[in-house]
Amino acid sequence: MTDTPDTRAAKATPDRVARKIKGLSDRAIAWIFVGPTIFLLLAINIFPLIWTVNLSFTNFRANRPNRDVDYVGLRNYERILTDSDIWLNMQATAHFLFWTIFFQVLIGFTLAYLINKKFKGNDLWTTIIVLPMMLSPAVVGNFWKFLYQPQIGLFNYIVAFISGKDPSSFEMLGSVQLAPWSIVIVDTWMWTPFVMLICLAGLRSIPDYIYEAAEVDRASKLRQFFTITIPMVLPFLMLAVLFRGIENFKMFDLVVQLTGGGPGSTTELTSINLKREAFEKWRTGYASAYAIILFVTVFGLASIYVKALNKVKER
Amino acid sequence: MSSFSVTEPSKRSKWFAGTLVIIYALVTMVPLAWIMLTGFKSPSDAISYPPKVVFEPTLEGYVNLFTTRTRQTPEFLEANPPQTWYEEIVREYDMVIAGPSKFGERFLNSVIIGFGSTFLSIFLGTLAAYAFSRFKIPLADDLLFFILSTRMMPPIAVAIPIFLMYRQLGLSDTHLGMILLYTGVNISLAVWLLKGFIDEIPLEYEEAALIDGYTRFQAFYKVVLPQAATGIASTAIFCLIFAWNEYAFAVLLTSGTAQTAPPFIPTIIGVGGLDWPAVAAGATIFLLPVMIFTILLRKHLLRGITFGAVRK
Repeated sequence: MTDTPDTRAAKATPDRVARKIKGLSDRAIAWIFVGPTIFLLLAINIFPLIWTVNLSFTNFRANRPNRDVDYVGLRNYERILTDSDIWLNMQATAHFLFWTIFFQVLIGFTLAYLINKKFKGNDLWTTIIVLPMMLSPAVVGNFWKFLYQPQIGLFNYIVAFISGKDPSSFEMLGSVQLAPWSIVIVDTWMWTPFVMLICLAGLRSIPDYIYEAAEVDRASKLRQFFTITIPMVLPFLMLAVLFRGIENFKMFDLVVQLTGGGPGSTTELTSINLKREAFEKWRTGYASAYAIILFVTVFGLASIYVKALNKVKER
Repeated sequence: MSSFSVTEPSKRSKWFAGTLVIIYALVTMVPLAWIMLTGFKSPSDAISYPPKVVFEPTLEGYVNLFTTRTRQTPEFLEANPPQTWYEEIVREYDMVIAGPSKFGERFLNSVIIGFGSTFLSIFLGTLAAYAFSRFKIPLADDLLFFILSTRMMPPIAVAIPIFLMYRQLGLSDTHLGMILLYTGVNISLAVWLLKGFIDEIPLEYEEAALIDGYTRFQAFYKVVLPQAATGIASTAIFCLIFAWNEYAFAVLLTSGTAQTAPPFIPTIIGVGGLDWPAVAAGATIFLLPVMIFTILLRKHLLRGITFGAVRK
């Protein structure tokens, strides 16, 4: 076949080829191929979303499906936004988000920077570091609960061994001060590799000649780091932060297994609170409004963030 | 290119970087190694202080994981000597094996739902990705972005209407319901990833096939699919790992026949509190396949993670 530049550039199949095609038309094929996926997405993603919006204006309770359902307007939203307990959950979530991202960026970037020195066997060690993020968060939460046991837990033992404290003098999961940090530690252990991988992709995307040019200009290593490495990795790093931010805003499985939201409600992140409202108290309408508020919050924050990210990319 | 390059790190900095990374890797492995060890401990060794690194290994945890046991009178035990090695282990506690536990079933459910949803996601996802890549579909980009953004919803939020819908349709606690749900969650990412892989395949191959008299479908099946195989495989791994690890939907929408292993493992309870060796044994059996998978397929997997992220 002749390979002219215009066939190469054309996105869709050119007409002269299309005329020779046997069988179904392209349009029919397109709809047959996309149809089932669209249907499934409508059924599992879009329809439930619309239903949730609808439920959020009612006082429906899923454990009493036969009771009359009243439309209550914006009352659910009003109650959520003026409820001081929910602000406590938001605070717990903000603490969790901020510190997990802080530590993951710090450690993840450092690791990526070190791995990029291309020492012997670096890909094997990278794989080993990545293992935690592949595991089931619920099972991970469950076994960290074992490591955090006062007296018998390995974590307490090691901390006590290093600090010289009595291993039964502190409870990672039982104390109001330490519990928020215990979930930060586990999440950091689990997800630092993700940030590391993205940073590594960023570091590897920097072409060598930029450093070579800097070397010719006699820029110091430190200066190269701050004027080349950091700005070039920044878009990647920001992307990693976006993903971790969205994921940790939704955080449920790991923390529910680890602390169950306790002690009291010190680690009750919004998702755990939402589960209580929806599936323990069965205030379905109220929980739906809550879900919509969370969705709008994440979507809003993420959109603002993506705008900032695009600005950084343009530079 | 000469062997000397200004960008090549010095020997000393390589050695330094290597040491730090290896230390981090070893520390990060401690919790996993500890869980695997705990699976081979007796209950008293598992909760001893100080924690035991050297101990007499036993398969008690694994036996307890797979069986249910009942206490028996000394007369009964005397009259019925143990037949197998696993019965002997149980006899030390004056118990007999009453039957298999639910762990086997739950594990099997994880396999069925994991592979079922992965197959469906990849089957539908490849078709859709091909169409999105090769045909002009109105609003394709907006549609994909919108669908992807529904993944920003907390799973609990999605679970509320799904719970009500499945109750109406009779899909609660069924394999089919969970397969459809996981497919629905996975497919947006699958299409997104696969479209990237298919975009990279040059159009010329298909055009040549079409001119040779293949139908569009044959061209897709015989020319595009084989070239996209690597991309399909790495996308499949992501779908499988998601479905395998998923907990929030599973715990809310399944309770018996279709329950997967993640919500089941934390509920394994022995006599007098949590039976940590059995829990650890369950965790080990459940996590090990993913770990082996990751190590074997590291090239595709690590590329896939960054590829998926960087594309967006």
